[in-house]
Amino acid sequence: MKKVSLLIACLLVFLLWSCGKDERQEPAFEGFVQPAGFPAPAYNIAGNPVTKAGFELGRKLFYEPRLSRNNTISCGSCHLQTSAFTHHGHDISHGIDDRLGSRNAPPIMNLAWSPTLMWDGGIFDLDLQPVAPITNFVEMDEKMSNVLEKLKNTAPYPELFRKAFGNEGITTATMMKAMSQFMIMVVSNESKYDSVMRGQASFLADEKKGYELFLQHCNACHTAPLFTDHSFRNNGIGIGPNNDQGRYAITLNPDDMYRFKVPSLRNLAYTAPYMHDGRFYTLNGVLTHYTSEVQDMPTLDPLLKSNGKRGIALTVSEQQELLAFLNTLNDKKFITEKKFSQEAQ
Amino acid sequence: MRYYIQIFLAALLATGCSKDEKVNPSGDDSVKSTLSIQFDNIAGERNLQLGTGVYTNALGEQFKVDLLKYYITNIKVKNVQGVEYTVPKDSSYFLVSEADAASQFVKVRVPEGEYASLTFILGVDSLSSVMDVSKRTGVLDPSGGMDEGMYWEWNMGYIFFKMEGTSDLAPADPSGRRKFRYHIGGFGGYSAPTINNIKSVTIDLTKAGVAKVRAGREANVHLMVDILKMFNGATNVSIAKYPTVMFSDFSTKIAANYAQMFYHDHTEN
Repeated sequence: MKKVSLLIACLLVFLLWSCGKDERQEPAFEGFVQPAGFPAPAYNIAGNPVTKAGFELGRKLFYEPRLSRNNTISCGSCHLQTSAFTHHGHDISHGIDDRLGSRNAPPIMNLAWSPTLMWDGGIFDLDLQPVAPITNFVEMDEKMSNVLEKLKNTAPYPELFRKAFGNEGITTATMMKAMSQFMIMVVSNESKYDSVMRGQASFLADEKKGYELFLQHCNACHTAPLFTDHSFRNNGIGIGPNNDQGRYAITLNPDDMYRFKVPSLRNLAYTAPYMHDGRFYTLNGVLTHYTSEVQDMPTLDPLLKSNGKRGIALTVSEQQELLAFLNTLNDKKFITEKKFSQEAQ
Repeated sequence: MRYYIQIFLAALLATGCSKDEKVNPSGDDSVKSTLSIQFDNIAGERNLQLGTGVYTNALGEQFKVDLLKYYITNIKVKNVQGVEYTVPKDSSYFLVSEADAASQFVKVRVPEGEYASLTFILGVDSLSSVMDVSKRTGVLDPSGGMDEGMYWEWNMGYIFFKMEGTSDLAPADPSGRRKFRYHIGGFGGYSAPTINNIKSVTIDLTKAGVAKVRAGREANVHLMVDILKMFNGATNVSIAKYPTVMFSDFSTKIAANYAQMFYHDHTEN
């Protein structure tokens, strides 16, 4: 009898415990999780540990139109999740009052690993990146002090900042740290390629051939697993109509003339058009450029003029195989993940 | 009880002794008082008047000034015995604006004594140009610093010196105004080296009067800042030829010129 009551007691405890578990529907917030196979982040995560309150505040700020002068444009206006946080279909973006920018909106994706931001790398700290679009005349055209003032006077921001940062208040630092917490969490590592690398899936025949071609011809600059080496290069697309000189504007070094940051190849299916000014609408257009339209310039990347020939030699069928591989870099989960979305708030 | 008091007294004596024995060459432990440094912006022989004054540079170009701001940071003083004192970083960053009279008096706490020279940086040092956002407070806060506009958001860093105005020789912008804009910065680059316009300026105070810093008084070192020197110097800057200078190689010529803007007029002790 004693044994039975002990058993019942144990059962009850177990039931209570499991009930308690069921009531907690949301999994515990894990913060920033280092993906297997990715290098160490460039962002100093220890200096700004991701908390649930900080991440959620950062997400709210990302989708907050009050960041713009007339409360019409948010970060999410030109960085749409459905387009892998780019401005799909726009070669360049229209910001406040429909003013036009001069460069293609880059994706908010895997930024924790990006040592510099922007096509020219002019920003070297993610914590100060949002100041650029907020104050830019053609993007949000607002003053940082006005943004902070608006947030201080808009519920529930004072409460949300308190939850995330205690009594530090609504400052440039707390606002930027919250936005960084959101942005570094926006990680894309759930593509088919990632599954293959984890041994959970395998490439089809043409994808595999494409992967080999990629390793042979592309990986030197678009280095896996981030598919960029974060360098600045001139890929021979030629000078655009506005004579954007790229990295040169930042360093004033003639070697940097017309060099732009090597973009990642992840999520290309969602991020057309391509290049710093969005001049190519399709990946076929991009491959045609690399195979037969690379223009010689003093700063053209040496890798694109090896053996005395410009560009990358690829047959039509090789191009199709390469495209099949690039297709495995699309991360459907990334563009549908609810916790990154505006609706999640 | 008495025993405790003895120990307490002994400890007190010990700390007192060790304090007396310590010789601090910087004078850092001594009593501090306020030293005021006045930045009086002028144009040659005339006071600078925003919006109304008409001035002429060495190339004979007439112009008006609408805006003038510059950073004064990393202040050091050297006393008549040759001992140098560096103002702590957290109280050594100032933004002087011609539109804000109070900003033209830079006040620092230094040990009491007589000072023969003064050194500061015109601009923001490279370490502060790359530091964490949480440390960017006061005039270094991208949302602060007197109506903003001194933080360079697209090419991270600060504008050290900003002067804007009008001249008939500047080309008309789309709104029809003939503006010139000099936004000078550049701390040397973060990951790739580039131009460095950080200028260290040392002012000798012995000729026009040493600064006597002591309790109950506020010595004021009155500096004249001649903005014509930005145009006139090793390179005579033409508004017609260079109406807008921001981040470019030519900015180093302007910075070399404006490093010569300062001279000591007198000290009010």
